[in-house]
Amino acid sequence: MLYAILCYHDEDHVGSWTKEQDAAVMTKLTVVQEKLAKQGRLGPVARLLPTTAATTLRKDDPPLVLDGPYAETKEQLLGFYVVDCKNLDEALEVARDLGAANPGGAYEIRPVGVFRPGDVQS
Amino acid sequence: MTDTAWIDAALTSARPQAVGALLRYFRNLDTAEEAFQNACLRALKSWPQNGPPRDPAAWLIMVGRNVAIDDLRRSKKQEALPEDEAISDLDDAEEQLAERLDGSHYRDDILRLLFICCHPDLPATQQIALALRIVSGLTVKQIARAFLVSEAAMEQRITRAKARVADADVPFETPGAVERSERLTSVAAMIYLIFNEGYSASGDTAEIRSPLCEEAIRLARLLLRLFQSEPEIMGLTALLLLQHARAAARFDADGAVILLDDQDRSLWNKSLIAEGLALIDKAMRHRRSGPYQVQAAIAALHARAEKPEDTDWTQIDLLYGALEIMQPSPVVTLNRAVAVSKVKGPEAALDMIEPLAQRLSNYFHYFGVRGAFLMQLGRNDEARTAFDRAIALANTSAEAAHIRMHLDRLQRDSQPRGKKAGK
Repeated sequence: MLYAILCYHDEDHVGSWTKEQDAAVMTKLTVVQEKLAKQGRLGPVARLLPTTAATTLRKDDPPLVLDGPYAETKEQLLGFYVVDCKNLDEALEVARDLGAANPGGAYEIRPVGVFRPGDVQS
Repeated sequence: MTDTAWIDAALTSARPQAVGALLRYFRNLDTAEEAFQNACLRALKSWPQNGPPRDPAAWLIMVGRNVAIDDLRRSKKQEALPEDEAISDLDDAEEQLAERLDGSHYRDDILRLLFICCHPDLPATQQIALALRIVSGLTVKQIARAFLVSEAAMEQRITRAKARVADADVPFETPGAVERSERLTSVAAMIYLIFNEGYSASGDTAEIRSPLCEEAIRLARLLLRLFQSEPEIMGLTALLLLQHARAAARFDADGAVILLDDQDRSLWNKSLIAEGLALIDKAMRHRRSGPYQVQAAIAALHARAEKPEDTDWTQIDLLYGALEIMQPSPVVTLNRAVAVSKVKGPEAALDMIEPLAQRLSNYFHYFGVRGAFLMQLGRNDEARTAFDRAIALANTSAEAAHIRMHLDRLQRDSQPRGKKAGK
């Protein structure tokens, strides 16, 4: 079974780490990741850019583009995509296509800062 | 991270919101700051034992407020006469805290806190020092170090600024849309000043001063989280990120300036660039351009170029043209001339800056740029005159060193071969 592990933390808090603190945490995490990778059990890993870089597409009819992250609490996170796009407009176009296929709810579009594709057989 | 480092990080990140709320309750900056300090002291005792509270800012506001009220009551007994207006907002506050924190308030709390520091009577350096002390919570020692002044001088500067702010009328009611947007503009300008204070450092002080750039970025991100749909705040944040991304490549080992064209681009911080570019993308969708967005777009064109020769100078020229219309200034025209020199050659660029001579007669960069154009045209004597003037006007030793490099080159070029080694 593949499991997704979703990371939550206070962004302000993580944002106020010094460069050294941030690097120290990342080094510790890499140790854990490498162990998994050697066993062939690590899939894609991503560190997202801050929520200030996020845009949300409400899948209403017509879809509505809002600045900022998805802030409602009544829906639940059901899945995610990682898509290679030239810019935000292109990413929004992809999200609109997906939304047309599956209306309702919303997509939060967030640029990925660090991405390791990983290597795992499903 | 050590065991208590998470507490420091939590206190730092909660600070603007907590001090902003306490300021709204007590309407006095000193009381608010003191209340926050006291709350932090209690947090240091309580959090390691009980773990972090769910909402650290709410915890600090509640505890800070209670401690301060106790203090006020105690001093009231001593002074006999009650000062009700000092705590007039309290009933209201209890209600709000009962339902934890009201999100819509805290946006204006933080904006107010930042806005107080932008008081127009305060010179720019005092605005910055005040914001770093009050909003960011840097110690006087840290600020003094970043400003390269003594601790005593900085202490005095901050005390003076606080006194002036205390005398000023700070409107505590929720601002209207127009007022909010005016506050936002002042605050954005102040954050830009903080950044520049760090960015304009010379090579030997860049390391010491870079915390100013990082703090400015933190404040810009904070502001953007509060005002998510303001394209100019996106532009400001993007501009700071894109400029700061080049920090590691801007000076050589001796602290001399390395110009954009000569920088080792592999040293640029890719993650900051990615974030800056993402924000520009977001801002552009609003089709409400402004000076920060245009400057960020220019920085983005540099950031996108993997090699200097890939730079889209035509587009940069156009963007500077747009900036000239929004914010006419000889300095903007001077920057545009550099782009023009790449697109149309040094002759055209020189024609463009000729009319600026009088207004920029004391501006280092004017003579540096002029000298470079003249040198490209082979007018070496005139170039030398311009460079001499630039050295006389240099603000930092790094600037002077950079111009001296040009002069040395002129010297070498003009000397007949074989005499090179002679002095």
